[in-house]
Amino acid sequence: MQDTRGQSSRDTACFRTRGLTKVYGSGASAVHALRGVDLEIPEGDLVVLLGPSGSGKSTLLNILGGLDRPTGGEFLFRGEDLTRASTRALTLYRRRHVGFVFQFYNLMPSLTARENVELVTEIAQNGLSAGEALELVGLEKRADHFPAELSGGEQQRVAIARAIAKRPEVMLCDEPTGALDSATGIRVLQALKTVNETLGATTIIITHNAGVADMAHRVITFSDGQVGNVRVNTERANPEDLAW
Amino acid sequence: MVGGGRFDMARLVPRKLDRKLLRDLWATKMQAIAIAFVVAAGIAVHVVAAGMLDSLQETRRAYYDRYRFADVWAPVVRAPDRLLADIRDIPGVAAAETRVTSHVLFDIPGMDAPASGQAISLPDSGRPAVNHIHLSEGRLPRRGQRDEAVLLDAFARAHGIAVGDTVSLTLHGGRESLRIVGIALSPEHVYAVAPGQLVPDARLFGVVWMGREALAQAVDRDGAFTEAVVTLEPGYPEAAVTGALDRLLAPYGAPGAYGREQQISDAFISSEITQLSTMARVLPPIFLAVAAFLVNVVLTRLVAMERTEIGLLKAFGYHDGDVVWHYVKFAGAIGVLGLAIGLGLGTWLGRQMAVLYTEYYHFPFLIFRLEAGVYLSACLVTALAVGGGGALAAWRAARLDPAVAMRAPPPPDYSKSIGAGLTRWQMLDRQTRMVFRQILRWPGRSAFTLAGVSVSGGLLIGTLFFLDSVDVMIDVYFNSANRQDVSVSFVEPRSREAFHSLRRMPGVIEAEPVRQVAVRLRHGAAEERTALSGVPRGARLSRMVDLDNRSVEAPPGALVMSQDLADKLSIAAGDRIEVEVTEGRRPVFELPVSAVTTTLVGSGLQMEIGDLNRLLGEGRVLSGASLRVDAHETRALYARLKDTPGIAGVSLQSEAEDRFVELLDQSLGTSIIIYTGFAALIAIGVVYNSVRISFSEREHELAVLRVLGFTRGEVAYVLLGEIAILTLLALPVGALLGTGLAWGFSQAMSSDLFRLPFVISPRTYGYAAGVVLVIAISSALMIRSRLDKLDMVAVLKSGE
Repeated sequence: MQDTRGQSSRDTACFRTRGLTKVYGSGASAVHALRGVDLEIPEGDLVVLLGPSGSGKSTLLNILGGLDRPTGGEFLFRGEDLTRASTRALTLYRRRHVGFVFQFYNLMPSLTARENVELVTEIAQNGLSAGEALELVGLEKRADHFPAELSGGEQQRVAIARAIAKRPEVMLCDEPTGALDSATGIRVLQALKTVNETLGATTIIITHNAGVADMAHRVITFSDGQVGNVRVNTERANPEDLAW
Repeated sequence: MVGGGRFDMARLVPRKLDRKLLRDLWATKMQAIAIAFVVAAGIAVHVVAAGMLDSLQETRRAYYDRYRFADVWAPVVRAPDRLLADIRDIPGVAAAETRVTSHVLFDIPGMDAPASGQAISLPDSGRPAVNHIHLSEGRLPRRGQRDEAVLLDAFARAHGIAVGDTVSLTLHGGRESLRIVGIALSPEHVYAVAPGQLVPDARLFGVVWMGREALAQAVDRDGAFTEAVVTLEPGYPEAAVTGALDRLLAPYGAPGAYGREQQISDAFISSEITQLSTMARVLPPIFLAVAAFLVNVVLTRLVAMERTEIGLLKAFGYHDGDVVWHYVKFAGAIGVLGLAIGLGLGTWLGRQMAVLYTEYYHFPFLIFRLEAGVYLSACLVTALAVGGGGALAAWRAARLDPAVAMRAPPPPDYSKSIGAGLTRWQMLDRQTRMVFRQILRWPGRSAFTLAGVSVSGGLLIGTLFFLDSVDVMIDVYFNSANRQDVSVSFVEPRSREAFHSLRRMPGVIEAEPVRQVAVRLRHGAAEERTALSGVPRGARLSRMVDLDNRSVEAPPGALVMSQDLADKLSIAAGDRIEVEVTEGRRPVFELPVSAVTTTLVGSGLQMEIGDLNRLLGEGRVLSGASLRVDAHETRALYARLKDTPGIAGVSLQSEAEDRFVELLDQSLGTSIIIYTGFAALIAIGVVYNSVRISFSEREHELAVLRVLGFTRGEVAYVLLGEIAILTLLALPVGALLGTGLAWGFSQAMSSDLFRLPFVISPRTYGYAAGVVLVIAISSALMIRSRLDKLDMVAVLKSGE
């Protein structure tokens, strides 16, 4: 895959999908996870995806993140068609452009916080230093601790530091606060907001928590495999002011 | 009420649990099979070795029993027949027989080389009381038919001689033509090897049995015998009988009676039995210990993955016993599979080997016996090893508290492991740190993998060592110590003139005289019979050499002795020893031993030939000669030798070497293929299982790496780096282990006949390392394909 940075001038959307479908299984037992999704997500936006379980938002995130391929339709990243990209091209796409944050942190238990971040900066082309990334999430003092020695919120902030350390163009977060209490959840959202603002990474957050939507530029509601509603917030709330 | 509920549940348990058992087995089938093969290898070695040992011992016992194999041989030059009654009266003698024996040289049409052999008399009527023969065809010679003879089966087959054919030979200096009336096997020639030879060559060594009167007349021993053979009363000490025989027969030129341990055929079989029992003792426990550990590791892992289910089962009211029994059955299934393969393979291999043995050793029958005990012990040992390994893991499962078990286990804490310190090593990239920390976090398991791979490599070296050792043995024996092409021995000592006529024979390039006498050595209470050889100073053909292939010569009036003799007699260089010559006037001397040197084949005792002649008070006489000959003129030489009277035997070194190598290729080659295979099975079992377990434990972690944008190759490095490092570490450890094992084998398997030199060639180390690496790489490749199927999407949704 070519480096896509230079193409942003021709297409201002970071992601564009047309008629995107995803079907699991076949025949009578086929499950239609996406039923024709048309979306446009501008560069630098912080987007919140809302919707009930099974509405297709995780499937969309997986496709946008290059972890899964659509069954039909089209998916473009900065104008480049990734719909039928090879496994290798998708690996490179994730490696260079995408930062992931998961509900369950998924840190390497055998690496310290700093090493978890360095794991990614080692293979990144123009990354932050591990120290800088950990500082952005306020964890520079816990850098030499192993995951087993960190609290859930701390682990999640390490995961965010890991995701941002490569200066990703895209941050994809699937239920990043799902396993955290409200105070910790707010710290994590603050970190995501900081990253979105300082690095300008297009950030997509899946959440069950409708209150989180107030901090987004754009809120997309999913139902039954389709985009139900897209709302653009004219005024954004700070994470600490969110109704949890 | 509660009791009733539990009862119902308990009734449902087995069927549901058994279905789970089958599913678990199916899910871990490759691992289960890998372990089963390790079990199978151990059982197969056990069955083959124990079965062969049993069969060989039982066959030998039955053969000796049925054909009244002698316990003691007492050769003489000539003793009157009437002594037989005195011999029978010796306390401890169960049965006795006298007979006439003589050296013969066969003249086989179409074969240039002279075949040596022995003529042995049979009683003119009835069966011999001792050392009967087994007629495989034809009949015994009839009384009064002087030209009738029975021929040794192997020799007859090698030359295509059948009943009714005529064989011509030189007997006591005269040409005889014998009509073959029967073909026979004899317990004295199970391992039919010519005296002074290493390996049997059916073409070059034959035996004819003739009527007593006929043979006695032919060799001028009318009314006399040349050898008494006796069997002993059960449990009667052999030494008492040999002593009495020696006293009785001393006036008749007896070099000394000897027992089975010095009877060449029996000595060879005994040494084979020793080797088999060493193999039977050493190898199976190694395999079974590895299998036990593997079962334990795999089950422990399974238990860890099934914590939740175990907790659930226990929450439902299953007993600890049910849970233990469930996992023990899992181990049991693997054990049964391994046992079935091992017993089948072992029995089959045992039969194959038995066929090989019947060809190699000349038994008229082979009792292939696999005693129930062998099978029973195989089952018992497997049950102990596998069941024990399984029970430990199962017990751990049973002890889980249901409430704890149903929660996911906490993430492994690496902060307490010594691997945490790697943070300071900046040059190590993060992936490599993960690899090292994984190794250091579970030191026990890593050590086991290391040990398993090392044992496998060690076993390879330990078995391949035999090839190296035997190579050196052959080289030293044939190219340093015995460089002659032909050894000639005379019926009786001859004058120097006989030597000169040998030297003038066609094709003879170099010749050395040899004077050989039978002696009895005494030092303190120890006593040994052997032959003392006199060789010329500066001998170039037949000589004693040290381990560096340097010739070791005796200074004037002194002896050089081989290490094995010195050990038996507790002699060190510089000691003096009593030497009783057991021929002629039977003089006794006390002589210094100037040097002790290790000989790899047989024993040796040498002095300078002139010194020996002087001691014996004889002129410059010799009992044989070593010849180096021109390969183009052997035909003419052999023809002359066959026509020369007074030659007792001719042995051909070059043929012996070829035959030796051929024999080793057959017997040793087969065993080495088998043991190499078994060693490889250990490596496969250990490496495959450890990578597979590591994979299932870290599947989640590896999928996360893929999500983060790591390529398949990079992820493979994180997973396989562990086994790569452990394998590389195992190579030197295995080399050390193998070196130790080889040393142990060289000690344990050395017999009176052979000493295995402790030599391991670089080729052996290289080959062992190669096999281990190939196995590690193929196991790794098998797992690597699973990396391509990692489910990245599932990772996003699940915890550890």
